[in-house]
Amino acid sequence: MAQTVIDTANHIVAYAAKAARVQVIAAYPITPQTSIVERIAELVESGELNAEYIRVESEHSAMAACIGAAAAGVRTFTATSAHGLVLMHEALHWASGSRLPIVMPVVNRTLGPGWNIWADYTDSLSQRDTGWIQFYCADNQEVFDTTIQAYKLCEDERILLPVMVCLEAFILSHTYMPVKIPAQEKIDEFLPPYKPKWFLDVDNPFSLANIVTPEYYMEFRYMLQEAMENAKQLIPEIDKEYGKFSGFEHGGLVEKYKCEDADLILLTMGTMGTEAKIAVDNLRNEGLKVGVARVRVFRPFPKEEIRKLAENAQMLAVIDRGISFGMEGFLAEETKASLYDQKNQPLIAGFIAGLGGRDVTFKTIGKIAKKSSEWMRAGRVEKETVWVDLRE
Amino acid sequence: MVSIKELSKEEYLLKGHIACAGCGPAISLRLLFKALGNKVILVVPACCSSVIPGPYPFTSFAVPVQNMLFEATGATASGVVAALRQRDIKDVTVVGWAGDGGTFDIGIQALSGAAERETDFIYICYDNEAYGNTGVQRSGATPYGAWTTTTPTGKKERKKDIAFIMAAHRIPYIATACPSYPIDFIEKIRKAKEIKGTKFIHILAPCPTGWRYDTSKTVEMGRLAVRTGVWTLFEIEHGKFKLNPPSSRLIDRAKRKPVKEYLTLQGRFRKLTEVDIEKTQKWVDEDWERYRKLASNQ
Ligand SMILES: Cc1ncc(C[n+]2csc(CCOP(=O)(O)OP(=O)(O)O)c2C)c(N)n1
Ligand SMILES: [Mg+2]
Repeated sequence: MAQTVIDTANHIVAYAAKAARVQVIAAYPITPQTSIVERIAELVESGELNAEYIRVESEHSAMAACIGAAAAGVRTFTATSAHGLVLMHEALHWASGSRLPIVMPVVNRTLGPGWNIWADYTDSLSQRDTGWIQFYCADNQEVFDTTIQAYKLCEDERILLPVMVCLEAFILSHTYMPVKIPAQEKIDEFLPPYKPKWFLDVDNPFSLANIVTPEYYMEFRYMLQEAMENAKQLIPEIDKEYGKFSGFEHGGLVEKYKCEDADLILLTMGTMGTEAKIAVDNLRNEGLKVGVARVRVFRPFPKEEIRKLAENAQMLAVIDRGISFGMEGFLAEETKASLYDQKNQPLIAGFIAGLGGRDVTFKTIGKIAKKSSEWMRAGRVEKETVWVDLRE
Repeated sequence: MVSIKELSKEEYLLKGHIACAGCGPAISLRLLFKALGNKVILVVPACCSSVIPGPYPFTSFAVPVQNMLFEATGATASGVVAALRQRDIKDVTVVGWAGDGGTFDIGIQALSGAAERETDFIYICYDNEAYGNTGVQRSGATPYGAWTTTTPTGKKERKKDIAFIMAAHRIPYIATACPSYPIDFIEKIRKAKEIKGTKFIHILAPCPTGWRYDTSKTVEMGRLAVRTGVWTLFEIEHGKFKLNPPSSRLIDRAKRKPVKEYLTLQGRFRKLTEVDIEKTQKWVDEDWERYRKLASNQ
C-alpha cells in the first residue's frame, strides 16, 4: 500500500534506495550527505534492505567500488556532496565511459575554500561534462520519484549511463516534507530486477575498459552522445509512466508553470523553481505575464524545450545557483547556446544568486522578475549578468 | 606439492600479447593463470599489464578483466566481490593485479581500505621496481641507487617494506614469490585461493627494459635476487612467519651470495659506488637478521 511519510530528503533518498532494491552500496560520509549513508546503514543492518554495504575509505574508492559492482552485474548505489564529488572526478568519467548504470544522489554543496557546507550547484555543475545524466530536484517527493526513475532510465539498453540525482543541501536534504511512497509492488512492477546483457562473467570473458586506439575511440564517444540524445526521449516517457501509478509527474525535462502566455519566463533549477512559482503567482496578481520553467534535467540539456519556450516569450531571466568562472551562470550559458540561430531571439539576462547557501526566496525572485520586466519593456538588457543581493 | 607435469596445458595468457621480450610480469601472469585456471575475474589498474593484452578489439587475457584507474584496484575489487556475493556466485576468485606503483604509491590507500575491510580477494603486486608503463620512473619500490628516468643519478632512498605494511593490517595471508621459482609461485597462489579474507602476494618481477639487462636473463635475475637475499621467499600465514625454500636455506649469511653479484649485472646500478654496494649489503643482512628472529620465534 502507498504510504505518506514525513521526512528529510536525505532519509527519503535512503528509502528510495531500499524501494529500488539496490544490491551494492559503496559510500563515504560528507556533510550534508551523511544522513543518507547513516540511514542506509541502519536499513542494511536491520535486514530491511538486502544489500552489500561497502564502507569505503574515500569517495574515489566509493565510485571505483560502484564501477566494479555494476560491471559485475548488480544494481549499484552511492551518494555524495561537494568535495566528495570532485574527488570522484576521474572515476566519474570511467563510469560513464564504461556505460555502467550507477545512480548517485548528490546533495549539492558548494566547494571551499573557505569551508562552506551550504547549497549551490558548483559541485555537480563542475561535473557536467563527465558523461553523467543529471537531474535537479525541487522537493522531497521529486527526490524519491527521480531516484526510482533514474534506475529505470539508466538500466535501459538505449541509455546505459550513470545518473546523478541532485538535491540542494539543507533546503532539501535536512528539511522535513511529506512524501507519498507508492506500494512496493507497484515500484517492483515499474522497476524489475536489473538484468544486464553483459557483465564480468567467467563463462563469457571479455575485457572492460581496455586500451582503445584512435581507430576506435571516437565511435565509443559517439555512442555515448547518442545515449544522451536517447535519454531526452526516454526521460519524459518514464516520468509519465511513473506518474500513472504514483500520481506524480515532474515535468519530464523541463517543468513549466504558467508559461503558455508569459512574456517573461524565469528559467531556473531546483528549489529556486519552487520559490519562483510563488513569485509568479504574486506577479500575476500585479498583472505581469510571467511564468517559470524549471530545468529538471541539465544533462542531456533540453535544448529543444528551451527553443520552444523562447518562441513566444519576449524575455528569459535565467537564475543560476552557480557560475562558470570567467564566463557566466551555467544555465544562462547553455540557454544562450541553445538559442543561437533561432528565429525568435528573446532578450536574456543572467542572475547569479544563492551561492554558498545564501537564501533565495520568492521575494528575491520577485525582485529579479521586476528588474527583468523593466528591461523587457525598455527592449534592452542593461547588464548581462547580475549578482543578486551582492554586498557592495 | 604441485608438479609441473600436473599443471594444465590450457593457456589463459594467449599468444600475441605485446609485452617486452623477457618481461617478468608476463611470465608471472602466465603462472597466475596456471595456478587459478579461468574461474577468475581480474582487476587491472593502469600499469604495464593494462597494455600487455593489446588494444581493443583484441585481448590476450582469456578471463574477464575490469581495467581500472591507477589508484583504485583495492576498491574496485571490493565492488566486484560484493556483487558476486549478491549474485550468490561462490566459485570465482577475484584477483587484483597491480604494479608496484599502483600498490606502494598511488593505490596504497585503496589497498589498505580493502584489507581493513577484510575483502575476500587476492591482491597481487607484481613488482618491477619502477613505473614501467610510463617509461621507467622511480616508485616507492625502486631500490636504493637504481637509475630510473626520474632518478638519473640513482635513487637516494630505500624501498618500502610493503609485505610488512600489509602484515600490520593483520590479514590472514601474505606471501612473496618470484616467477623464477614457478612451483613456489603457483603453490602460494593456490593456497591464497583457499583462504578467506584479503590475501597479499608480492612478486618480484624482473624487467629487462627498466633494469637494463639482457632479455634472456630474466629467470636468472630472479634467481640471483633470491640467492643473494635481496629478495626473500616467505609467507606470513595468520601472523606466522615462515621462510620458504630456497630462502629458508639462506639464513646463514655464508650461504648467501654477495649482493654485488646481483647488482653488477644490471645497468640500472651502474653508478653504484663500493660504499653504496656495502650499504645495500648491510641492509640486506639486517633484513635477514629480522627474518631469522621471526622464523625462530615461530
Ligand atoms: C592518476 C594517474 N596518474 C598517472 C598515470 C600514469 N601512469 C600510468 S601507469 C603508470 C605507472 C605504473 O607503474 P606500476 O604500477 O609500477 O606498473 P608497471 O607499469 O611498472 O607495470 C603511471 C604513472 C595514470 N594512469 N593515472
Ligand atoms: Mg612497476
